[in-house]
Amino acid sequence: MKFSAMRMREKLIVRVIARALIPFILLFGLYVQFHGDFGPGGGFQAGVIFAAGFVLYGLVFSLEDLKRVVPWRVVELGVASGLLIYGGVGVASLLLGGNFLDYKVLDSHDAMHGLHLGIILVELGVGLAVSASMLAIFYAFAGRREAR
Amino acid sequence: MTEHLPALQTALPLLAAPVCVLLRRAALVRVFAVLVTWSCLAIALSLLQEVLGHGEISYALGGWVAPLGIEYRVDILNAYVLVLVATIASVVIAFPLAGRELRIPKERFFLFYALFLLCLAGLLGITITGDLFNIFVFLEISSLSAYALIGLGRDRRALTAGFSYLVMGTIGGTFILIGIGLVYQMTGTLNIVDLSQRLPPVLGTRTVWMAFAFLVVGTSIKLAAFPLHQWLPNAYTYGPSVVASFLSATATKVAYYVLVRLLFTVFGFAFVFERVQLSALLLPLSLIAMVVGSLAAIYQTNIKRLLAYSSIAQIGYMTLGLSLANLDGLTGGLVHLFNHGLIKGGLFLVVACALSRVESPRIESLRGLGKRMPWTMAAFVVGGLGLIGIPGTVGFVSKWYLVLGALDQGLYFVAFMVLASSLLAVVYVWRVIEVMYFSDEERAPERDDAPLSMLLPTWVLIGATIYFGLDTELTAGVAEQAAAYLLGGAS
Repeated sequence: MKFSAMRMREKLIVRVIARALIPFILLFGLYVQFHGDFGPGGGFQAGVIFAAGFVLYGLVFSLEDLKRVVPWRVVELGVASGLLIYGGVGVASLLLGGNFLDYKVLDSHDAMHGLHLGIILVELGVGLAVSASMLAIFYAFAGRREAR
Repeated sequence: MTEHLPALQTALPLLAAPVCVLLRRAALVRVFAVLVTWSCLAIALSLLQEVLGHGEISYALGGWVAPLGIEYRVDILNAYVLVLVATIASVVIAFPLAGRELRIPKERFFLFYALFLLCLAGLLGITITGDLFNIFVFLEISSLSAYALIGLGRDRRALTAGFSYLVMGTIGGTFILIGIGLVYQMTGTLNIVDLSQRLPPVLGTRTVWMAFAFLVVGTSIKLAAFPLHQWLPNAYTYGPSVVASFLSATATKVAYYVLVRLLFTVFGFAFVFERVQLSALLLPLSLIAMVVGSLAAIYQTNIKRLLAYSSIAQIGYMTLGLSLANLDGLTGGLVHLFNHGLIKGGLFLVVACALSRVESPRIESLRGLGKRMPWTMAAFVVGGLGLIGIPGTVGFVSKWYLVLGALDQGLYFVAFMVLASSLLAVVYVWRVIEVMYFSDEERAPERDDAPLSMLLPTWVLIGATIYFGLDTELTAGVAEQAAAYLLGGAS
């Protein structure tokens, strides 16, 4: 892993292309994320795409470089808070008098608007949790040799 | 707020898990996890009380009404299982974590509690939901966290044990998913109550027969029913003792609940026991499990592995009750679900206590512990008597019903086998007791018992095996009502 990363970093074309691509990958991830409630897409797919941008950075440069961008603590925080956002929406709808995860009560005037808000928040939680989990898996595998 | 209790039953531990990760401080996380788990127990108890008083509870998740939406449905059967799972979890979580049994350092103990709560959420979710696909989702939540919990064992073999559990568990989960898919294809619904009405017209089709086969085999893997038990001994042997205690008392029991639910509610008594004749297969396998599991336990040199093989035999008793398919038999199976949970959970906690003083879980290293750790080893004796089924312990209650059920069917051989395999239990329990109490040591070792914080949870479970052996109102009474409900729904 480390060996091949070193070699990849020396390749100018790989480096330049990766740098150019990463912003677009992240942007596409966000597009899939917010497109989710109108058409194909959603939190899971967006999370994976978003994480893929970071994984590419880690592959081309090195794990240490990636860890400087996204420290392990942030990854852990992302996994936990993603799930909390999802569940928080459920608890919020409980407190507002609906059933668990009943988004309709999130907006007291317009049930449709409430549904919209609920699904966007839930998908946001899913996206965050998934992209953080993807990074956690990548860190676990790529950092295997360092841990020993 | 009480009408939301079914949702909170799973949402509470599910959301508490990430909070554990955010809190991080081991002492803080522990207090938090204990409080959450005890609230789960309170919820489970009030659900049981509600069901006993006012009948079934239905909760539409997200306000989407069943059968389109996901429904949480609490009846007497799953309220009973919820109480078992929450009780065991409440005791095990209060047990202090021993650093020498875990591969993670103290500052990462919060991960244990997060995994534990996730596993608990999954198990409670499987039990409470009234939606077949939801069962699969929660099954994955509980299984994935269980693999990781097993892998936390200090012994490096814990990793391979966890991995082979993962492989077997994934095969089981996939089978269940295939079965669910086939059933959905034939009926267009995933709601269990709805399925029980829509399945009968298509029960003759090969697709449904295939679905039935996949579902039964898949759950049997999760249940560790003989001969699909291969993952269990290593997982319980090399995983941390507290994890073995929790999983042996809950995970296989919940799988048993799923099997019962599938056979009696989804497919129905007439299809399972008259057309497919499942008993012709399940009954011999249960008998073999009882004998082979006990025999294998006799030859073990590691006490955790001994208890694991004993579990396989005890699961045999539970599936035996199921395959008898009459009121007493099914009551026996269901009451043994509770009773064996108490016994085996307690016995693995005894091992955890012992491992706080001795290095290895080999039976040989327990030599003379009867004098050195009198309270711990007394707990083992009481739990062991429960495994054997001495009158006055819970084991007797379960076996009483099983024997009654067998005699009711005129299966004298089966009744004999239940008693004979109890004798095998005497052998393997006695082997441990002999080493603990009757080995001739030169000098009496100094008294050095496990701390009270460990003894107390252990004795709560072990004491319960005596209490519920004498007062069978809550266990056998409720189990009998549940069995009558299942059989009544079938006819």
